[in-house]
Amino acid sequence: MTVDLSVKPLPLLRVRDLRTSFNTPEGKVTAVNGISFDMNHGETLGLVGESGCGKSVSALSIMRLVPNPPGVIECGEVLFEGNDLLKISEREMQLVRGVGIGMIFQEPMSSLNPVLTIGRQITEPLEVHLGLTGTAAENRAAELLEMVGIADSRRRLTDHPHELSGGQRQRVMIAIALSCEPKLLIADEATTALDVTIQAQILELMKNLTTQLGTALLIITHNLGVVARYADRLNVMYAGKIRESGTAEEVYLRPSHPYTVGLLNSVPRLDRPASERLDPIVGEIPDPASLPAGCAFHPRCRWSTSKCGLEDPVLERIQDRQMVACFEAESVARASGLTLY
Amino acid sequence: MTIIARDHQTDRFTSAVSENSPILSVRDLRVHFPIKRGFIVQREVARVRAVDGISFDIYPGETLGLVGESGSGKTTVAKAVIQLTKADVGNVKFEGQELVGMSTPAMRPIRRKIGMVFQDPYGSLNPRMRAGDIIGEPLKVHHLVESRENYQNQVASLLSTVGLSPAMAERYPNEFSGGQRQRLGVARAIAAGPSMLILDEAVSALDVSIQAQVLNLLQDLQEKYNLAYLFIAHDLSVVRHISHRVAVMYLGRIVETADSKDMYENPLHPYTQALLSAVPTPNPIHERSRERIILRGDLPSPIDPPSGCRFHTRCPIATDLCSGTDPHLRTLAPNQLAACLLASGYSEAKGV
Repeated sequence: MTVDLSVKPLPLLRVRDLRTSFNTPEGKVTAVNGISFDMNHGETLGLVGESGCGKSVSALSIMRLVPNPPGVIECGEVLFEGNDLLKISEREMQLVRGVGIGMIFQEPMSSLNPVLTIGRQITEPLEVHLGLTGTAAENRAAELLEMVGIADSRRRLTDHPHELSGGQRQRVMIAIALSCEPKLLIADEATTALDVTIQAQILELMKNLTTQLGTALLIITHNLGVVARYADRLNVMYAGKIRESGTAEEVYLRPSHPYTVGLLNSVPRLDRPASERLDPIVGEIPDPASLPAGCAFHPRCRWSTSKCGLEDPVLERIQDRQMVACFEAESVARASGLTLY
Repeated sequence: MTIIARDHQTDRFTSAVSENSPILSVRDLRVHFPIKRGFIVQREVARVRAVDGISFDIYPGETLGLVGESGSGKTTVAKAVIQLTKADVGNVKFEGQELVGMSTPAMRPIRRKIGMVFQDPYGSLNPRMRAGDIIGEPLKVHHLVESRENYQNQVASLLSTVGLSPAMAERYPNEFSGGQRQRLGVARAIAAGPSMLILDEAVSALDVSIQAQVLNLLQDLQEKYNLAYLFIAHDLSVVRHISHRVAVMYLGRIVETADSKDMYENPLHPYTQALLSAVPTPNPIHERSRERIILRGDLPSPIDPPSGCRFHTRCPIATDLCSGTDPHLRTLAPNQLAACLLASGYSEAKGV
């Protein structure tokens, strides 16, 4: 995929051919196998896939948080506001984390320090990055807590994480992640551990805050439903690669990769009449240490031909902004357009 | 509260309707956990009212979906049904026999008739046992095998019933994927020939493509063996898919129960309405256009539940009346009961 830089202004985040692998006793596992995507200022992008598809490792690679060893970012570019994050020093990277990019993880209990008050944990980035101390930092922290919807915020600053509920902890995580007003917020399965009513609260909160602040939002999730309401665009990953991308409408309403179609048919849906049987994808997610040859999805694919076992298709544009890595994309799109809508 | 199993999905459950005595009948079940303080002399300082007076029936061949958020008490219900947790008050009748207060030896033949599948397929299988022995253990415990050959045949047949290869009997749990492990868990649960399965978040930890496979397997088994399911889950889309009837729990109580179709088309309790409106669907047009009922705050503590209606602190339509009066389940529509002072039949109900 070649991009003409002279025409378009540089996006906020540009990932090119990112490849991250892990050395395991079973051999080298390439968790992220050459992914490329762009994110514009203020845009909400969904990165969707099942466990082991490489979505979290992609985020960790962007943040340069992949544990090394065993993980190695082998190649690629992560251009954030034009700077390649894979080339800058660790010191500069620390500035990017927090001021440039904020991140929220799935488990707020293990992301927060259990022995520090939440006030201390919110003021820390303010002190390090913005030089705020004392009362000024405390005032800002209380403001941030209020912003994420925690009532009686000044008193709650002295609470420890265990005194908060799961939803409140995730609110604190959002407050910390947004404390230095980053340009990009990465939410890695941030609502997965929460109950549906709390999940709805947190998603609305993240979307509202990022819209207010003009922050771009990267939502990483295994739940296609979670991002449908919020994402402008979507990347669907399988076995380390992006298999389909496009606007939410394109991907949800006219899925054109057999894996996306399979995912959408696997979940019982409240927006449709109750069905008798689900139509799941056959087989299991492949072992990342020994992926099938050709297209990694072909052993589970009902559209696969002999070509699919030999050659790995690359992402190609099939309409407007929709890109699909499948030799049979045209027929899949035609079929899914008919069966789904 | 007796609702006859309906065959709104297929005709195959009509058999369930004809056998119109419930296989499981729970009445006014209460499970309270004492909180004790003190070093030598312990005294009770408070009680967690995990399950606080719930009643339901399940008929042969029928699935009752029990939904609720974490802390609503749904797992405690499951444990109290098979007497893994002692109920303080209430009755649990299984195939006509009262289980509450039954001795452990007397419970053993009952446990043969009630299979259990748990959420975590990693934690619920002994890593040192071969798959064949895990599945075969119930056969041995309940003396259901005549010879070694008969045992091996039964294990092989169980493995193929759940879609695994009989050759896998020699493998250890770590050699199986998550979906395969859950199939093993299902095989173990049906090994002794139960008439009911309790499925406690049995598909929640699985990836969606695998979850769909296991759901289909459960439906096949229900059809094949006329199994009754108590299907406990927090995922409302999955519950609608598999359940004939649904009961919604909030803070240890059932707040609404109805046939699955009615519940999802016309939720009457404001909590059910909020739950349903919070379920995300993979459809951007539907998602962006519909209104979400965002509940305020978190689930209150079951140690000190709110006075009156337990939901009033988070309820979008609560009035002064609600903090004073504790509503009971009442019939608001045919086969549909809700515990809300303000809810009234279908005319005012909000669709989702």
